Formats: sequence, structure tokens, C-alpha cells
Amino acid sequence: MAKITYKHPNGTETIVDVAAPNTVMRGAKINNIDGIEAQCGGSAQCGTCHVYVDEANTLPLPEIHESEDEVLYGTACPRRDNSRLSCQLPVSEEIDGLVVHLPEAQS
Amino acid sequence: MAGATEETARGTAGGTAGEPGAPDVVVVGAGQGGVETVAALRARGFSGRITLVAEETALPYQRPPLSKGYLLGTVDRAGLELRPDDFFSALDIDLVRGDRAAGIDRDRRTVELDSGRELPYGRLVLATGSRPRRLPVAGADLEGVRTLRSLADADALRHRLTGGRELDVVVVGAGFLGLELAATARTLGHRVTVVEAAARVMSRAVTGAVSEHVAAEHRGQGVRVLTRREVVALHGGTGSEDPGHVRVVELDGGERLAADLVVAGIGALPNVELATAAGLLVGDGVIVDPRLRTSDPDVYAVGDCARFPSPWTGRHIRLESVQNASDQARRVAADILGETGPYTAVPWFWSEQYGLRLQMAGLTAGHDEAVVAGDPAAGRFSVFCFRAGRLTGVESVNRPADHGISRRLLASGTDLTPQDVARPGFDLRARAQQRPSPPAQHAQHAQHAQHAERPVHA
Ligand SMILES: Cc1cc2nc3c(=O)[nH]c(=O)nc-3n(C[C@H](O)[C@H](O)[C@H](O)COP(=O)(O)OP(=O)(O)OC[C@H]3O[C@@H](n4cnc5c(N)ncnc54)[C@H](O)[C@@H]3O)c2cc1C
Ligand code: FES
Repeated sequence: MAKITYKHPNGTETIVDVAAPNTVMRGAKINNIDGIEAQCGGSAQCGTCHVYVDEANTLPLPEIHESEDEVLYGTACPRRDNSRLSCQLPVSEEIDGLVVHLPEAQS
Repeated sequence: MAGATEETARGTAGGTAGEPGAPDVVVVGAGQGGVETVAALRARGFSGRITLVAEETALPYQRPPLSKGYLLGTVDRAGLELRPDDFFSALDIDLVRGDRAAGIDRDRRTVELDSGRELPYGRLVLATGSRPRRLPVAGADLEGVRTLRSLADADALRHRLTGGRELDVVVVGAGFLGLELAATARTLGHRVTVVEAAARVMSRAVTGAVSEHVAAEHRGQGVRVLTRREVVALHGGTGSEDPGHVRVVELDGGERLAADLVVAGIGALPNVELATAAGLLVGDGVIVDPRLRTSDPDVYAVGDCARFPSPWTGRHIRLESVQNASDQARRVAADILGETGPYTAVPWFWSEQYGLRLQMAGLTAGHDEAVVAGDPAAGRFSVFCFRAGRLTGVESVNRPADHGISRRLLASGTDLTPQDVARPGFDLRARAQQRPSPPAQHAQHAQHAQHAERPVHA
């Protein structure tokens, strides 16, 4: 179980508890957080689960693998150094307290 | 909890009776389009009563893995679910499972279910999807002849394909679904033949370059791919074999293929019966306007069942994809909430066969020029399709970056030319990065503005 904070572009935020083995993407879908579409259902195909990890983050996240890297080039909002596909971020106690920022648009 | 959360917003706006003023919404069909409609309504603060009618008893699920990971065994049932069990009740959505909408009374504005239950509606959304075409040949009703659409279909196929015996599998139709099935069956160790009537695989959906590459991949994996061949009949067993079970697929020209299992992937028909019976305008699909409203403005249609005017082709089309169902669902949810506007999303689609990642952005049918970029020999390339010098669609094989950037370029409008793509060293990533990248907010507004102003013709 991990507490994940999703920050919306309008300044509000949604904080939810997400259980393993979900991903940060799935946590948003389960809690009906608008702003993550995840059309391909988590297969790193669509880039509509794009998030910006909070710049102050120190929690350990997995490396960006090649296909995630490729998909991140094509996201609707510009890629930044802290861009990730939330479907590639598995939830575990290690990321309890993670804060991600939702982009203005996913498609 | 800190901050103004959606949870709290929802908590104050609930109430099973619905808010005064908000229409009762009934959604028929709990697939991709239906579920996204109700989810988007609640996410955007809709406070009225919502009923989602699901003919199937299974918790609403995603179909793409049915021909891929689920059939292979790499995705389990929980991994298929569109949303978890408690999602619908938590959002005060009445999910009626295992009941079917049997009729619509537009004068009384009610939907009648098989069970006899009547649901009043202010707005009705048809998200009934499509169903597989059956093989139009003798023997199509033999045992062992199957199609794939539902979880039940997939479970039955999985049972056969993982039964421990090496089977002769004949896939009829080399569209995405047929080829995914062939790839999965082959990966599971079966002898697989694909029979396609057209001159090449996926001929309606992709260019020759992609078609050839994919066909070569299947052949390399040991699948027999037959094109320009038609199935004329299916035959049951003879002698001691079960006459009620398929054993032979007969092709034009007389060739007979051994078959323990035949799967037809020859296209889908939109589920329009409900709309037809209700007197709504129906063609190949429920006909809708740019706002996705049927000929009755209180009734919308989304997803596989809807035939909509596409700004990308200038004609009414029907698309069968997750993108289309999801984006139309979101558009309709917004429309119901008073944020009206046309549906203009860029179409896109993906398919996976063996390790191949195939992605299509835009629509490539009707192009007059196609330019290949990348390295087909290495299995990483994209085909850029133009019509009258304008980019209309891009097909990518193992080039997800090209795909995503193309979607963005198509949405915002682009001056990319065939000459640009043909230039040695062309790299879409480098090109996309050249643009000064404006703050997210501005980029988005600019996109929308262009979208609205620019009439798009393919
Ligand atoms: C095996 C398979 C693989 C696919 N792979 C991909 C892919 O890789 N990428 C991609 O983009 N797309 C893929 N698709 C297509 C995609 O799944 C569909 O386009 C999408 O599901 C369409 O959503 P929908 O809501 O219109 O229809 P559906 O998801 O089919 O949902 C319609 C639902 O309505 C129900 N229904 C119908 N009539 C009634 C009634 N009268 N009362 C109550 N319920 C009713 C049906 O039972 C069904 O559950 C695939 C499809 C299949 C079958
Ligand atoms: S859900 Fe499609 S890339 Fe993450």
C-alpha cells in the first residue's frame, strides 16, 4: 500500500491509497482521477498516462526502459526530465508518499 | 487528506435520486465506450442518476488482451478489468449486469430491459459495440469453428489452445484480429495457416510496406500465410471421426486444409438492432452528427456501433478501436454536461504480433503518396502517408516515438512534406525537438485553436 498524490493542473490534488500490484496509472483509474487516460491499458503503447514526477522526489523509481523512453517522445504535453509513463510505475511501499503532477492534456 | 480533492467534491454531489435539473443518464453496453462514458461523467462532476446496462455478467473488461496476453496466459483476468468491482458503487453508478436492453420507447423516454425493468432517461447513450461476422459458408456451424469478441469466446479458445495437444489451426481473415490470433496460436506451439481473400494481409488497414513486413514475420515464425484464397466450405469428420466437429477447410481451387480449430476474423457488424427498432437513423452503424447525437438529439451513440462524420475523411465512418470508443465517450460526457462541440480526435490504433509493435496514427486509406523512413530490414520503420501533399496518417513498426509524435503533428496540423521524410537522416524526434517547447498550457491552447479553425480533409 502506498499513498499517492495526484496534483491537477488547476492546483487541486487527490490523495489516495493504492495497493500493490497496481501501478500509479491504475491507481488513478481506480479512483476515477480525470487526467490519466491510459487508453492502451498499460502496455506502454499510447502515452496517455503521462505524468511529471514531483521535482523534489527522492523515492526510488524504476529506470526508464527503451520503449517507455520512445513513447515519452510522443506525449501530448511536452516531455520534461521528470516525465514518466505512470503505467510503468509499480506501486510498492517504497514509493509511499509519491507526488505526481498531471499534464494539461493526454491526447 | 489535503487540498480540495475530487473525493470530497463527489461526496457532496451524490444521492441516488439524482440532483434536480440533472438528466437521468442511461448507457447501454458496458464495454470500452460505455464504461468511459460513465467514468468521465462522474469525473467531471455530473450529479444525476447514472445507469449502465451490461448484457454480459463479467465485470466490464478490456478486449485488446483477449487476442494477445490473455490468450497467451501473460495477462490474467484481473488484468483485463476496466475498473475494479467497487468502482461503480463508489461513484454511485448503477451497474446492471446480466440484463439486456430490449427496447427503447422514445416517446416515454424509457429503456426496457429483458428482465422487464424500465429505466427512464433524460439522455441515452448507445455503446453496444459490434459482433463478429460469421463465415458465410457451409459447415460454419460445426463445432470447433469460432470467433473472438467476448471473454467467454476467449476462455473457450484458451481452453482449446492450452489443452496440451498440438492442433491444426486455420485462421480465416488476415486483419489485425486474425493475425494476432495466428501469432498467439503459433507462439503456443500450434500449426497455423492463415487464409486471406485479398492480395495481401491487412490490406484494408495498412500500406504494402507494413503488410509485407508483417506477413514475412508470420512466415518466419512458421505460419503458412495464403493470400488470394477463399474458404468455400468447412467439413466435419469422416469415418470414426466426429462428423459434427470441423476437420477440413476447403479452399477455392479444391485445396483441403486439415483443421482442429477454425477461427474467423473476417470483420465485425455494428450492433444496431436496438437503434433500428427505435426508429433511429441507421446505416452501417448508428448514424450520428458531429456531436455524436443520433437522429434523436437526446440519444447518443459511441464506439464500434457509431457511424460519425469524420473531419479526417470528410465522410461518415465507423472505427473499431479503443481510442475511438474512449475519446467519443469523453466527448459525449462533456456534451451531456453542456460543454458541446464536435468530435475531432485523431484516430489511432495498435496491434501486437510476436514482438512486433504496430501503431497507426491518423487514417492512411486514400493516400496518394507513402514514404518509408527508418530501417525496414531491421524491423524498425514508419510509413508516412500523404494526400495532396498533406500528412494524413503514419504507420509505425517498432517506432513508438514516431507514432506519438505523429499523433501530435496530426492534431496540431503540420507542414511536414514527403520530401522532408525522404531526406537522408530524417528523424522525427529531432524535428519535433527543434520546435521551441512552450509551457504545457500554451501548447495545448494553441492546438485546440488550430483544430477548431482548420477544416480537415483527407
Ligand atoms: C479480440 C479483440 C482485440 C482487439 N484489439 C484491439 C487493439 O489492440 N487495439 C485497439 O485499439 N482496439 C482493439 N480492439 C477493438 C476494441 O476492443 C473495440 O473497438 C472497443 O472495445 C469498442 O468499444 P465499444 O464500447 O464500442 O464496444 P464493446 O467494448 O464491444 O462493448 C459493447 C458492450 O455492449 C454490450 N451490449 C450490446 N448490446 C447490448 C444491449 N442491448 N444491452 C446491454 N448490453 C449490450 C456488449 O455485450 C458489450 O459488452 C480489439 C477487439 C477485440 C474483440
Ligand atoms: S497506459 Fe498506455 S502508455 Fe501507459
